[in-house]
Amino acid sequence: MRNWLTTTGDKGLRYCDHVGRSGIFLFHTLYRCPRPVKSFPLLLEQLYAVGVLSLSIIIVSSLFIGMVVGLQGYHTLSRFGATQQLGQLVALSVVRELGPVVTALLFAGRAGSALTAEIGLMKATDQLASMEMMGVDPLWRVVSPRFWAGVISMPVLAVLFSALAIWGGYLVGVKWLGVDPGSFWNNMQSSVDFRLDVVNGLIKSGVFGVVVTWIAVFQGYDCVPTAAGIARSTTRSVVYASLTVLGLDFILTTMMMGGW
Amino acid sequence: MQEHWVVIKNLSFHRAERPIFQGVDINIPRGKITAIMGPSGCGKTTLLRLIGGQLLPEKGEIRVDGHLIPSLSRKQLYRVRREMGFLFQTGALFTNLSVFENVAFPLREHTDLPESFIRDVVLMKLEAVGLRGARDLMPNELSGGMARRVALARAIALDPKLIMYDEPFTGLDPLALGVIVKLIKELNTALGLTSILVSHDVQETLSIADYVYVIAEGRVVGEGTPEAMLQDKSPWVTQFIRGLPDGVVPFHYPTATDYKKDLYL
Ligand SMILES: Nc1ncnc2c1ncn2[C@@H]1O[C@H](COP(=O)(O)OP(=O)(O)O)[C@@H](O)[C@H]1O
Ligand SMILES: [Mg+2]
Repeated sequence: MRNWLTTTGDKGLRYCDHVGRSGIFLFHTLYRCPRPVKSFPLLLEQLYAVGVLSLSIIIVSSLFIGMVVGLQGYHTLSRFGATQQLGQLVALSVVRELGPVVTALLFAGRAGSALTAEIGLMKATDQLASMEMMGVDPLWRVVSPRFWAGVISMPVLAVLFSALAIWGGYLVGVKWLGVDPGSFWNNMQSSVDFRLDVVNGLIKSGVFGVVVTWIAVFQGYDCVPTAAGIARSTTRSVVYASLTVLGLDFILTTMMMGGW
Repeated sequence: MQEHWVVIKNLSFHRAERPIFQGVDINIPRGKITAIMGPSGCGKTTLLRLIGGQLLPEKGEIRVDGHLIPSLSRKQLYRVRREMGFLFQTGALFTNLSVFENVAFPLREHTDLPESFIRDVVLMKLEAVGLRGARDLMPNELSGGMARRVALARAIALDPKLIMYDEPFTGLDPLALGVIVKLIKELNTALGLTSILVSHDVQETLSIADYVYVIAEGRVVGEGTPEAMLQDKSPWVTQFIRGLPDGVVPFHYPTATDYKKDLYL
């Protein structure tokens, strides 16, 4: 019993230490004043690595998810003879929930893990230390562009995800199952509220972008600089990011539903 | 102005409750090659990191060119580091940049020189290490010796006043080793650099060093010119310089149990 208490206390302390350090880390990353001329090419490079290279997985998954939602929705709605509401169902579930959440999960797996492994390997091979010794701050040169690239990419990818998923639902519902295209789009337009649905979805994906990228770069920067250490940090990066996204999604949805 | 570029006084440093240094005094004369020798794990890399300000000492003072390193603000520290070159044990080249870009890196970060000028400086530095022809290769296409020469070119790109070599001879074939030894000597005389050479390769180090410190168990156990070190009678220095397997530094890692008992004899 006493042993159990000690280990729990120990773990708790280590957890607090971890969270504290990641907070300080984020502060230092944000605090570095950007030098526009030199930072911009670095940011572009990372936008390509983090955002553009994630496009294929986002495009493929969004189409399939949209098509599945269309199919499931059609079969449920047809029982009530309400298949003309399909557009509304697809759009609301995608814009409010699936778009931001699934994009964040895919992003954590595709881009977050790569960021963690890359920064971890740079640490293990002394590249970060040698940068420091040259008087170049790795937080500014390595971490900051990756962080901002993730924060910028996520909402864009989420919007793309939602649009393509709606199109996937349209393909299945209208083109295949024969829902009337006029009612599909009309019902969608009249039920999706710009402020309540689109903007809230964007807010969610923005928050997820910060959280997922923050976890990824911190896990890389904080890793034990060995092969096993990098492996552990990469796993943690994806697991922590996914769990945090799902938890935050519930909290954010509660806040948004509660007439916020 | 001062005769010593780096002055370390009464330095103490712990790592995970294990003392690495206990009251170490080291002076690095300007314009000379000073060797710091000692067995693996005695804290040679740690010492260089302390000089570079990557670690903070618990006690004692470290001065580089008059600056008290542990008391500098981050900004001041980064400025002082521009005057230092550091050759990492592993080379630590940026794996996503070509040889040319690796050497250009400090210039691009710290100066706003026009591209044509950067190109000239990089080619001059690469020529100095004999790798002008390798400028378009990526680090993973280089041999160990070449990678270290590129790292050396990068370390001198900003014309530092002080350069620190962390075990530059380890893991090189005899030819590459000869090249590195020659380069370190040449750079020191040609550029008037102050050099700190950390190594446990006795022959090569003694052949180019002007002054030698031997550290073991957290203390300086011997110092002097290479000739004096060869004559030194202290048990530490003789064991280390001659490479005797057993002596003051025991061959066996200390253990509480008797060998026979351990084997159940
Ligand atoms: N990050 C670290 N955490 C804890 N101990 C370390 C760390 N780095 C090095 N040490 C310990 O400090 C000692 C000195 O290391 P180092 O300076 O690398 O030795 P050397 O370069 O002389 O071989 C070693 O015994 C090593 O185990
Ligand atoms: Mg070492």
